[in-house]
Amino acid sequence: MEQTQPALVANDIYKRFPVKKTGQIVEAVAGVSMEVSAGSLTALVGPDGAGKTTLLRMFAGLIKPDDGHLQVLNVNVVTDPQTVQDRISYMPQRFGLYEDLSVQENLDLYADLHGVPQEVRGQRYRRLLEMTDLIRFTQRPAGKLSGGMKQKLGLACTLVRSPELLLLDEPTVGVDPLSRRELWEIIGQLIDEEQLTVLITTAYLDEAERCTRIHVLEEGKLLAEGPPDEIRQYAGDLCFVTAPHQGQPSRVLQAQLLDDSKNIIDAVPQSGAVRFIRRPHARQQDIDALLSGIEVIPVEARLEDGFMVLLREQHQMIPPDTLPFERPALSATTSGENRQSDEKIIEVRDLVRKFGDFIAVDHVSFWVRRGEIFGLLGPNGAGKTTTFRILCGLLPASSGFLQVAGVNLRHARAPARRRIGYVAQKFALYGDLTVRENLEFFGNAYGLFGERLHERIQVVIQQFDLAGREQSPSGQLPGGFRQRLAMAVGLLHEPEILFLDEPTSGIDPLRRRGFWRHITALSEMGTTIIITTHFMEEAEYCDRIVIQDNGRLVAMGTPQEVRGQAGGKDATLTMEEAFIRIVARERERDKSTERAPSL
Amino acid sequence: MLDLVRRIISLCRKEFLAILKDPANRVILVVPSLVESFLFGYAATFDLINVPYALLDQSRGAASVELIARLDGTGVFQRVATLQTQRDIAGVIDSQQVLMVIQIGPRFEQQVNAGELAPVQLILDARNSNSAGSAAGYVASIIESYNTTLGGNARQPLTVEARAWYNPNLETRWNLMPGLIASLSMIQTMLLAALTVARERENGTFDQLLVTPFSPMEIMVGKVIPIVAIGLLQSTIVLLVSLYWFEVPLAGSLITLYTGLTLFTIASVGVGLAISAVCTTMQQAMLYTFMLVMPLIMLSGLATPVRNMPEFLQVITLANPLRFAVDLMQRVYLEGADLMMVGYDLIPLLIMSTVTLPFAAWLFRNRLL
Repeated sequence: MEQTQPALVANDIYKRFPVKKTGQIVEAVAGVSMEVSAGSLTALVGPDGAGKTTLLRMFAGLIKPDDGHLQVLNVNVVTDPQTVQDRISYMPQRFGLYEDLSVQENLDLYADLHGVPQEVRGQRYRRLLEMTDLIRFTQRPAGKLSGGMKQKLGLACTLVRSPELLLLDEPTVGVDPLSRRELWEIIGQLIDEEQLTVLITTAYLDEAERCTRIHVLEEGKLLAEGPPDEIRQYAGDLCFVTAPHQGQPSRVLQAQLLDDSKNIIDAVPQSGAVRFIRRPHARQQDIDALLSGIEVIPVEARLEDGFMVLLREQHQMIPPDTLPFERPALSATTSGENRQSDEKIIEVRDLVRKFGDFIAVDHVSFWVRRGEIFGLLGPNGAGKTTTFRILCGLLPASSGFLQVAGVNLRHARAPARRRIGYVAQKFALYGDLTVRENLEFFGNAYGLFGERLHERIQVVIQQFDLAGREQSPSGQLPGGFRQRLAMAVGLLHEPEILFLDEPTSGIDPLRRRGFWRHITALSEMGTTIIITTHFMEEAEYCDRIVIQDNGRLVAMGTPQEVRGQAGGKDATLTMEEAFIRIVARERERDKSTERAPSL
Repeated sequence: MLDLVRRIISLCRKEFLAILKDPANRVILVVPSLVESFLFGYAATFDLINVPYALLDQSRGAASVELIARLDGTGVFQRVATLQTQRDIAGVIDSQQVLMVIQIGPRFEQQVNAGELAPVQLILDARNSNSAGSAAGYVASIIESYNTTLGGNARQPLTVEARAWYNPNLETRWNLMPGLIASLSMIQTMLLAALTVARERENGTFDQLLVTPFSPMEIMVGKVIPIVAIGLLQSTIVLLVSLYWFEVPLAGSLITLYTGLTLFTIASVGVGLAISAVCTTMQQAMLYTFMLVMPLIMLSGLATPVRNMPEFLQVITLANPLRFAVDLMQRVYLEGADLMMVGYDLIPLLIMSTVTLPFAAWLFRNRLL
């Protein structure tokens, strides 16, 4: 039967939530109207807290809108959620896999829950397992799968029956580029072969580019909608690429540009150069002065550029989360040459870490110079967090040599740990304690007391713009504030080395710019920074990076060098492309040699 | 040294804040120990009061009436039925209407007057062996004393004059309350200790703590002090209930009592921390603690004396801190023993602390598996 009706029609939808502690009411969704046409692939994009998940949950009939009309598959989902739920599938951000059950048992369980008849199961399973490439792992417990595989299994479980509409909430968050690519291929296949309608939320804008239609959501309202080309056009003719002076890291130029918010909307380092968006009304002479005569090449706008223009228009000024700090330090040493020395502040040789038979870190060797920004990149489960934890002294190595600031932190006497700062992946401060109590406690921990502690707390509160929040319980701070508090705690004692574990995971582009602006400034002040990330493009901010896959180092060097390793002469690859090439080549080699020890 | 003290103070402060800022925690700290001390004080007793019994008096003579009057006069026994025939006995016992039936034979009057042996039959509901035993004993002692008044020619050559020391009226509550001071707080301190590290591991704050210059020993001491303080607070609540509500007089000195109590609380925090350090989640920690608490109480001598247990169980009780604490509390509280006299209890507690605490601290940074 030909479907001509749209799969989903939302008309002026509102959803309000009361905030328990303050008694205020927050409008999570404020008057959204949209349509999703049948058989299309539609994306909902927007920063964290924009209301994407709330909207999706209303579409799935899990919560009711306070106001407005909502028709899903021609059924009023508000009055008749069960009818809708029988015909759609919804995959929440954290899909409920049973970690102790095997892949097959999880599939069976969801098939039972959805009442999928026995006779169609065999064929459906085969197809799903083939698509997700999980056929070899049917007996493995779901908890032992990698992040990407878990997500694919989640998708397979969601699809045990054929829905008419598929709602996916950020299915690719925290998944490595290779698995992300595979997930999108699966979704594409479903749309082609089963005429499925898919509505997906995502924080990755390069993904949204694959969709037929995009809705940009911000603070509960729709900012824009249209096909990717239309969104892109918001930044049309405003995008340029420029190369920094010889010897100047591109992030320094990028930071300078980003700071001039009057003339520049956005700037990111890219392939050794800087990509920026100028404001439409910026005067040419101001921009020339800013760039002090470096060559500028106009480039085509990407979806992310259009998105950034939209968001910045909304905020006119830089949102508080991205307020840069310590600007003077930046202009003082723009060259950045004198802050780096050849001293190896971290040295790792032949590091191995085993968990039972599983080799999490496989003969890894690298070193870090004092003052560098050093990136540990790799997909989830590649061993970068294990490597990171060994460096911080949180895990013992199975074998190998390891020195951080001249000592092995695991065996060194406690005061040696004063030289490092640590920011965990998820918020790891005392949630019941206030901002000030947390700062005081960790200050004491690092041997800061009395007047000196007071001074330092004042400095970091200023630096990270936490003023006015000192008495709030830190667990109740909004996400951006929490992360800045974690940074403040990590830097309270002015460590020589700062360890950051996946600090940008799950943060939208706007906040990520702000975060990296902090890091750039810190680096200018001489702090060595070790950072793990699965956002490949963030490698561009680093002086040097290593890429880990299956526990082994597959690439090491400056971002330029790593791109070179991946593409030979073609050094204008994006970092993500370089990563996929290197990892795919490495895995190919593994298959042919049955995992001969490399490196 | 000063630095060390300041650092430990800051750890303790953090721990107190973390425990007290959780409103659910604040209630848990005071209310359960208060409620439980009342509950146990009233409910858990073997003392006989209001024992219902039935009488089958087939003699209906002066002697039997006097004997029964003595029985009723104690206030312990309450006659709820008077039976006519032997066939009625089974009915009242089976229906649990009475705990015992006293049967006095038709020739009782004559036998007493003739100075012959005059049997009185007691039929007891021994489904509750404890109460049945005490009831039988009590009735026997009443008959004994009645015997002596009969004079007659068979004068009793020997009499027993029992004096129950340290608990003159043999009240179970006296025996129980001192033990409760230790065991009620143990349940909570052990749980609190077990949850504290597990909670920090789950929230990721433990990693943040381990990368600071705090040494595992400092972290351990910073955890022990606040929990011990909370444990002692709970013991104090039970002690106050025992002293001023149930009016069980304290024979020993408070200093001795608290010295023993502190040492015991440290040992149980040590056990809790050791559990905690082995677990990765709060759920695990909770489960292990509950699994441990029950046998610890059973094998402590709180409810049933340790020397009644089979030999091998008695050996196992030597690893139970509560066993020594219950003994210590009873001896200090009721008997007034001083520190030297309870050294036998203190030394094992000391040994347990010195084993579990460093073990827990070591586990902070190392894993067993």
